[in-house]
Amino acid sequence: MGQGMNEATNRSAESAVLSVRNVSMNFGGLRALSEVDLDVRPGEVVALIGPNGAGKTTFFNCITGIYTPTGGEVTAYPRTGKPKRPEGIRINGMRTNLVCELGMARTFQNIRLFPSMTALENVMIGRHCRTKTGILGAVLRGAATRREEQEVVDKSFEMLTKVGLEKLANEYARNLPYGAQRRLEIARALATEPFLLLLDEPAAGMNPQETEELKQMVIRIREEFKVSVLLIEHDMKMVMSLSDRIYVMEYGRIISTGTPKQVGEDPQVIRAYLGEDSDA
Amino acid sequence: MAQANPIQHPTQHVIQHVKQAFVAAIWLAFLTLPIMVIRVDTVEKTVTWRWMNLAYMALGSFVLALAWYCMMERRDQSQARKDLETVERDSALSRFLSDPRFAKPLMAFGLLVAAGFPWFFSMYQTNILVSALIYVVLGLGLNITVGLAGLLDLGYVAFYAVGAYTYALLNHHFQLGFWTVLPLGAVLGAFFGILLGFPVLRLRGDYLAIVTLGFGQIIRLVLENWSAFSFGPSGISNIDRPGLFGITYSVEQATTYMYYIMLALVLLTIFVTARLKDSRIGRAWLALREDEIACQAMGIDNTRAKLMAFSLGATLAALMGVVFAAKTTFINPASFTFMESAMILAIVVLGGMGSVLGVILGAFLLMLLPEYLRAFSEYRMLIFGFTMVLIMVFRPQGLVRAKRKVYKINVEQAG
Repeated sequence: MGQGMNEATNRSAESAVLSVRNVSMNFGGLRALSEVDLDVRPGEVVALIGPNGAGKTTFFNCITGIYTPTGGEVTAYPRTGKPKRPEGIRINGMRTNLVCELGMARTFQNIRLFPSMTALENVMIGRHCRTKTGILGAVLRGAATRREEQEVVDKSFEMLTKVGLEKLANEYARNLPYGAQRRLEIARALATEPFLLLLDEPAAGMNPQETEELKQMVIRIREEFKVSVLLIEHDMKMVMSLSDRIYVMEYGRIISTGTPKQVGEDPQVIRAYLGEDSDA
Repeated sequence: MAQANPIQHPTQHVIQHVKQAFVAAIWLAFLTLPIMVIRVDTVEKTVTWRWMNLAYMALGSFVLALAWYCMMERRDQSQARKDLETVERDSALSRFLSDPRFAKPLMAFGLLVAAGFPWFFSMYQTNILVSALIYVVLGLGLNITVGLAGLLDLGYVAFYAVGAYTYALLNHHFQLGFWTVLPLGAVLGAFFGILLGFPVLRLRGDYLAIVTLGFGQIIRLVLENWSAFSFGPSGISNIDRPGLFGITYSVEQATTYMYYIMLALVLLTIFVTARLKDSRIGRAWLALREDEIACQAMGIDNTRAKLMAFSLGATLAALMGVVFAAKTTFINPASFTFMESAMILAIVVLGGMGSVLGVILGAFLLMLLPEYLRAFSEYRMLIFGFTMVLIMVFRPQGLVRAKRKVYKINVEQAG
């Protein structure tokens, strides 16, 4: 499986699955994002880091259709999944649900599960856009509907197993411990069969051990599902060891990009994080 | 002071409650002293002091206050217990109802009674039951919009009116029969549901409630004032009863016939809503209710889901409108006031939002109790309001909590 991954990475090393060009976002007079460029290539783990208020979540909202960017181009190149559009499709301003259907699934910084549904049902929601039972089908519950329903259940349970929540399948989401809720969000996103997984601070509020487990899980998921990952994260240890490339954002601009090593040595990044050193 | 301290001994609690209740009773007795005790006769120029009333007042309020404090404490304790437990426990009622050993025979018995009802009870009773059944379907319809999809619709009665007037007008002008108009009314209801749905797509919560409230009022006002179209407040009379292969029948038989039509419609509605609830569509509605942004971000088309919920709810209401017009043979706008919307909403909330069984129980409770409490008709609204307050304080989730289905998993794949 890992080998196939490498092949895929080599074959289309240059082409991206997501390409963001010149994206800006204004809220009234406030410029939250200005001319952001970003690429995610197949099978890559890309991290977006930056101080609080730098515009990272705004960026996520811009590429998932929650906001329509004021300017610029966001293009997705779905190569796997149901609607294959390898020639690229412009997604800024597209409705959020269509972006998800295209194969870009996200999690939220402040967990947004469906609290009074069970863990399994939360994941089943992720299967919604890949299934098609309508009102009539649901009422008549014919053979096709029943088969689809069982498929949804089995597949969702499989996703729960992947994130280690199989024992909690029938618990209400609101009763799950914090770490499990974070993982459940990932399972729900995976259930939509994405080609790109967007994780908004997945390790927020986790202790070092949980963070390490999460890291291993992301690596495993990338291998197994052949997804690219774009994540926002504050935990530097995790970001440095997990990502293939890092983008650093400050005041809505990308101030640095490169491998973890390059970024870690960039004086601009050090300045952004530690403040201006007057003696330098 | 009212806060229960877990370290305290239980008897200390009781003493504390007695003290509290005593203070409350004294205070209330003092407040009501001028009205309850002193009686000034301006003609005779005498003042009567009715001290016994003061004693009754104090005693009554003491007992009530004590009961209230004890119940509140029990509630707090069970809440605290619930917070400690990770597994949620159901109430005795819903556990009893979900146990197949009891549920199956109970359902069979219920169906048997329902089937034989008109043969054993008077026409009056049957008529009341038909009304209650209409409200069962209305409740189940609103349950789709409010309980499942979480769209607070305060103008639900508008769709009921649409159905009723569809039948009344088509019957009056074109002599169309009940069975022809029933599907027509449903279609028109769905159309109006979508018509209302479109402008309110972006609204939620309070805003949605206000717009739907306005919509309900618009429909009623149009019906009241556009006399050329709807005959105004005087309404439409002599609406045909449902046809039965051209057979003529007496009023009594008509009631029985109506009852069976209604019973069939109720069973159909229960079947449809129960199946929808646990389907892909039902889950999408629930997700919409829980978190609209996350729901859309997970690939659910919010617009479609909302319009579906609105139009399905409206369809059921319009169907009931047609039945209502055929049952009463006379309709006017007075039957479609906000009070009706509030009543249907109360059925859904009291029964338990999202629970089919709860809504059915709620409808029977709210429709049948007032009928059989005619003896207390003066206090009916008072009792009604008081009951609602009590239920909302002690069982905010409704009579029957909506339970999520436990899905069967084919565990063949290796973890």
